[in-house]
Amino acid sequence: MTDVPNGDLGPGSGGNKTSRIVRAGLARRHRSELILKAAGLAAILFAFSMLLILVGSLVGSGYKAFTQTHIELEVYVDPDEIEVDKLPRGGFDDVLEAALLARFPSVTERAEQRELGRIFSNGAQFTLRDRVVADPGLIGQTVTVRAPLSDPYDQLNKGLIERETAEVNRRLDDRQIAWFDALDEEGLITTPFNWALFTNADSRFPELAGLKGALVGSFWALLTCFIISVPLGIGAAIYLEEFAPRNRLSDLIEVNINNLAAVPSVVFGLLALAVFIGWFGMPRSAPFVGGLTLALMTMPTIIIATRAALKAVPPSIREAALGVGASEQQVVFQHVLPLAMPGILTGTIIGLAQALGETAPLLLIGMNAFITSAPSSPFDSATALPTQIFIWADSPERGFVSRTSAAILVLLGFLITMNAIAIFLRHRFQRRT
Amino acid sequence: MSYVKFSTSALSVLALCATAAVARDEIRIVGSSTVFPYTQAVAEQFSNNTGAPSPVVESTGTGGGMQIFCGGIGEAHPDLTGASRAMKKSEYDLCVTNGVTDITEALIGFDGLSMAISRSNDFDWDVTLPEIYLALAAQVPVDGEWADNPYTTWDQINPELPAVEILAYGPPPTSGTRDAWVELAMWAGCEELDFVKDGGFDGDWVEENCSRMRTDGPFVEAGENDNLIVQRLDADPNAMGIFGYSFLYENLDNLKGVMINGVEPNSDTIADKSYPVSRPLYFYVKNAHRGVIPNLQEFVEEYMSDDALEQGGYLSERGLVSLEAERMEALQTAVIDGENMSAPE
Repeated sequence: MTDVPNGDLGPGSGGNKTSRIVRAGLARRHRSELILKAAGLAAILFAFSMLLILVGSLVGSGYKAFTQTHIELEVYVDPDEIEVDKLPRGGFDDVLEAALLARFPSVTERAEQRELGRIFSNGAQFTLRDRVVADPGLIGQTVTVRAPLSDPYDQLNKGLIERETAEVNRRLDDRQIAWFDALDEEGLITTPFNWALFTNADSRFPELAGLKGALVGSFWALLTCFIISVPLGIGAAIYLEEFAPRNRLSDLIEVNINNLAAVPSVVFGLLALAVFIGWFGMPRSAPFVGGLTLALMTMPTIIIATRAALKAVPPSIREAALGVGASEQQVVFQHVLPLAMPGILTGTIIGLAQALGETAPLLLIGMNAFITSAPSSPFDSATALPTQIFIWADSPERGFVSRTSAAILVLLGFLITMNAIAIFLRHRFQRRT
Repeated sequence: MSYVKFSTSALSVLALCATAAVARDEIRIVGSSTVFPYTQAVAEQFSNNTGAPSPVVESTGTGGGMQIFCGGIGEAHPDLTGASRAMKKSEYDLCVTNGVTDITEALIGFDGLSMAISRSNDFDWDVTLPEIYLALAAQVPVDGEWADNPYTTWDQINPELPAVEILAYGPPPTSGTRDAWVELAMWAGCEELDFVKDGGFDGDWVEENCSRMRTDGPFVEAGENDNLIVQRLDADPNAMGIFGYSFLYENLDNLKGVMINGVEPNSDTIADKSYPVSRPLYFYVKNAHRGVIPNLQEFVEEYMSDDALEQGGYLSERGLVSLEAERMEALQTAVIDGENMSAPE
């Protein structure tokens, strides 16, 4: 208010020319302020409703993948079918089928019996096999087997196969539905939380497919990305901001780094394909190569964020430290860097979160392969979360529709966690300093 | 000084990678997205049965797979590639140039290509191949002239068909499915047109003039994701989709197959070839890798086993249509023994 000419704008000063002009325009100014506020609010509401629709539709189709229909059945491990010295080979599927047949004695035709056996997921026989191999004493005994149901029955239980649909157009015919209902009435069908979604690797059977391979692959890729991009990025930023002479060369480098941050990620994928896999002969589909690619992509983001954080440290701190005799290097590492840390961390974590969700470069280096085991090192072949979503979205089986949404929710969960950590660290460091 | 520590560890990881790139104990497979689900099934069954490291299966498309497969011999190159058509002469030459001379070709079965429409469409669609050609090709005969396709609704082609806009979603040119569709449906339809029959045009002419799909709207390239096409058909009852039979089979509650020449697509009609649009599926093995890459021979044996290939085997559950028994037996021994293929024509 102090720099408004002719000072007084109070209600009593009507005779003043300036204040008359101000008062005449007041209504218009209030109005435009109101419009600006309303526009801002509308923008936020629009963005928020879009987010709500996205999350809503994902939850709507994905929540069903977080449970899995199981069957619990007493199974007699028949010594005629499974012999100790032939393990791990044996008629485990026949043993499971026999347990079901015992409940449906009216099923006599061979083809029909086989169909009945398909209530069990294909994975059930391998679970039973592993149990028997671990403890051969089970042969000849009756054990309780808890196994996932195969996908069509799972869909039926979740209401995704509708009973009203005409029989010919349904994946399950009336007889199969009757089997399921009979088992359900006896209380053998349960729908527990689907831990397999996190503990299994990929599978061609939706009821067995899980994200373990993708989670571990993403972990290795991000670790590699972190180890390479963070020290290099922060180092480059410190040099450019604190030590580099200001001349044409450093200007050129700065412009290039800013441009690099805007390069589409698929370009980095092509680069990685040509350089890492083509020239250096690194393995395809390895999370390590994925991590290197993501590091190339994340580095400019980290450099830019770090430079901004370093710039925000007041010059008085540097001058005071230099004044009491600290060396340039001591100033940077003991005074400037700790103060810039919250900003650096935020930038780094947001850069890494971006890398976690990146798909295109990973597709080019073959991280969209089908692998039924999780990687045990960064050099084993693996998928990553976003590429796993890509594979599942392309699978014909119905069960993968909800699993795709569930995988997206898991990915969103990780992104939210990472951003929350960024916020937490920023607050913590700010309080300490 | 964590900065220094970080940099040294980064460098040491880099150095490690050079050594890790050498050893490989899992089988690597690339190739067609149509063969992908079948190879997936064999890979999973194989690693479950034997406990061997699970093979790495990548879906790259037939052409892309051939490029990588023919890149050379050695652990850096894949051992198998899937293909939804036979290997071309140019691809075989590329292989030979790069030292991949001993290749075994394995025909695993047939896959139907289906045209499907939403169940909410009431009409019983039954079209002939020439009608499909007239609806979807870029150039058709108009009043005795070879001209741009003028048709916009089905009843303009055949008055018995409904008066709805022609709209079909199909695969892009990079897809093996598209190649197969053009070859099996479009060329065949083109050859049956009176204009072509009476004009005395030969196969080369057909190949040259009947391969282009129209680009003025009625045919929409919908990308490689077939599930996306399925969703669009749900939304628009008059739209048709072109994709592999397995996608129709999985979505039979919402979609129905369009009959072609009066034959509905299902596993029986594809097997006995009465459904005209079906294609062979192959995989190719590098024989130089057998015995070098652990478990490769065993994997090929699993792929060619009766369990997998015969009618009712686990591949037919996924939509593969098996070969007739005699032919299959001959192929099984040939592939397991590693007979080399001869250069394609």
